[in-house]
Amino acid sequence: MEQYVRADHPVLETGKTRLGKRLAPYALTAPGALWLLIFFLIPMGAMLVLALETPVQTTGFVSRGYQFTWHFGQFGEAFRLYHTQLFRSLNYATIVTILTLVVGYPVAYWIAFYGGRRKTTYLFLLLLPFFVSFVIRSLAWQFILSDDGIVIRNLERWHIVPSGFHILSTTTAVIAGITYNALPFMILPLYVSLEKIDRSVVEAAKDLYANKRDVFLKVILPLSVPGIFAGFLLTFVPAVGDYVNAEILGGTGTTMIGNVIQFEFLTNNDYPMASALAFILMVGLLIGILIYGRVLGTRQIEEYV
Amino acid sequence: MNDDRSDEGRIDSAFLRGVTQRRLSRREVLRYAGTGVGAAGLAAFLAACGAKSPSPGGTTSVAVGTPDWWSKQTQAGILNFANWPYYIDTSKGEHPTLETFTKNTGIEVNYRPVINDNAEFFAKIKPFLQQGKDTGWDLMVLTNGPQLSELIANNWLIPLDLSLLPNFTANASPLVKDPAYDPGNKYTVTWQSGFTGMGYAPEAVQALGRAPTSLADLWDPRLKGHVGMMSDNTELGSIGLLKLGIEPSTSTPDDWTKAAAELEKQKPLVRGYYGQPYINQLQDRNTWISQAWSGDIFIANQSGYPELKFLVPKEGVMIWHDNMMIPALAQHPLDAITYMNYAYQPLVAAKLADYIWYVTPVPAAKDIVLNQLQDPTVAKSPLVFPDTAMDQQAHQYYTFKGQEDLTEWNNTFEPIIQS
Repeated sequence: MEQYVRADHPVLETGKTRLGKRLAPYALTAPGALWLLIFFLIPMGAMLVLALETPVQTTGFVSRGYQFTWHFGQFGEAFRLYHTQLFRSLNYATIVTILTLVVGYPVAYWIAFYGGRRKTTYLFLLLLPFFVSFVIRSLAWQFILSDDGIVIRNLERWHIVPSGFHILSTTTAVIAGITYNALPFMILPLYVSLEKIDRSVVEAAKDLYANKRDVFLKVILPLSVPGIFAGFLLTFVPAVGDYVNAEILGGTGTTMIGNVIQFEFLTNNDYPMASALAFILMVGLLIGILIYGRVLGTRQIEEYV
Repeated sequence: MNDDRSDEGRIDSAFLRGVTQRRLSRREVLRYAGTGVGAAGLAAFLAACGAKSPSPGGTTSVAVGTPDWWSKQTQAGILNFANWPYYIDTSKGEHPTLETFTKNTGIEVNYRPVINDNAEFFAKIKPFLQQGKDTGWDLMVLTNGPQLSELIANNWLIPLDLSLLPNFTANASPLVKDPAYDPGNKYTVTWQSGFTGMGYAPEAVQALGRAPTSLADLWDPRLKGHVGMMSDNTELGSIGLLKLGIEPSTSTPDDWTKAAAELEKQKPLVRGYYGQPYINQLQDRNTWISQAWSGDIFIANQSGYPELKFLVPKEGVMIWHDNMMIPALAQHPLDAITYMNYAYQPLVAAKLADYIWYVTPVPAAKDIVLNQLQDPTVAKSPLVFPDTAMDQQAHQYYTFKGQEDLTEWNNTFEPIIQS
């Protein structure tokens, strides 16, 4: 591996097999690059093109398709109509990410440091519920938490919650649903980064009279930052685009940007509007992640992810 | 439904089916197997990028759908039939009426319950139609609504020859003849119909201190947090119009704005805007009162929720029709129209009605369900065989004249749902 990474080293350029060696890194990354090109860049370009199209003037329902008109106003219009749902999605996803981190970190920590021989078993148990389709799991929550279901009915009977209390169809239900679904995606990378920490480093910190708090804050936490970063990406990005939880567990005032895109695409058949929304979301996320990566410093992350 | 106690001693089939099978209504759950949506969306998206060609139009010398054209068609012995789930008689995985049809005509039916949503199914076939290609279906069932209007406006359906549909002429209910959305039944004949009214649970009666009677009860603050409305904006908008006493079929954009304001006022009381799962919300008591489709309440009654009631509010109900139609360039049109005619035989209609439990377009089926199939629960239900009082309460939907129209409607009512 090392020699490929150093392919541009001047010494190599004078070598006999220099061409092969110089091309090797590109050849190795080609499948990945091709994948990105076909499944990311080209669709994204197509989406941008479609967002800039307008329908051909029609009478009645006669459909003449779309024409390309550089209609940049589409983006403004999309933002004006749906900024509430866009910001709500970002807001939900932020809360979800923080919650999964708070809940997931101790779990990952415990498994990594105290899991012993059973580490794999614990990880497997953690993933077990996720062998069931997530739509089915969300529907199950709907059943369990319904107003007349076993949870709410009993809580009301014991006067823990006032009568008429409900959890479904609320913001809380949607956020909790996404958090539940996203949890393993936070725990797994955290576990990997915590597991990788050299235990002798922890020992050394203790030898140098660091108390438990300092060991954690000054040694373990900084060393697990790559895991946090990866967990953030795997949780935040899907959470922003989620629409199933809002559909199944939500009520009024919980519509997310994914639901809006689905509506514009499949019900309203307004492809330019749907494309513009999807493009805004995607570019917004990309920029956000790039800035975030700069701030946290991605150098070490490459080693972990 | 309890007034049938007198002729006990024989367990009626509908009841048995109700207690032994948890009947999922059509449109249910599958809608949520949402990944399919993504796939459909992608196909439509890719097609939309390249779809610039106008509608196909006829390529043969004789105009498509004229009696001359029909007389030149020959029976192929195959019928590709797209329908909604749980929307045909089923017994042990087979469809008896389809088997009889095959026996009588020699036409093999490739029956597929692939339609879960009008807009979604239309999004799948539209790219084919735009490019002048065969959709693969000979017969499909879609509700009267903007998608049907668009199909008709673009010549994407093959006109029917009513002389090939003598059973329709003889047996169809006046409710489904010459409808506003398809004058003269030029392109469609109804498969089944249904009413959109209200459903409620005993909790609503408790909260109100009386049984609900009108749409205004959906606006009653005592039911706060337990009111269910529909996420289909045609349904939602229409009920807003009815509440204000405006006839939906002749309403204007100004009326729509007023109705939207009325619905906006209702929003703090609303638990959610639901698709088909509204019925589950009602069964689970998350909602106590809800906009509802007639057949669903009847199905719920037969499958463990006898306490739910359907209400024809004093302002009226909406009536919708799911229609059979033949898409343009269908490969086996004669087979399709032969089936349409078959479905309008009273005995066949009765067997369908006795399973589907929505409103059959053949009133003569009622006596057959009662006497021959011996299923009085179904035959006597006004939800399956509506009485004239119910018919008179039925209002027609607004028929969209074009995309501008539809966009205006969507922009008026959709913000209430997508909040």
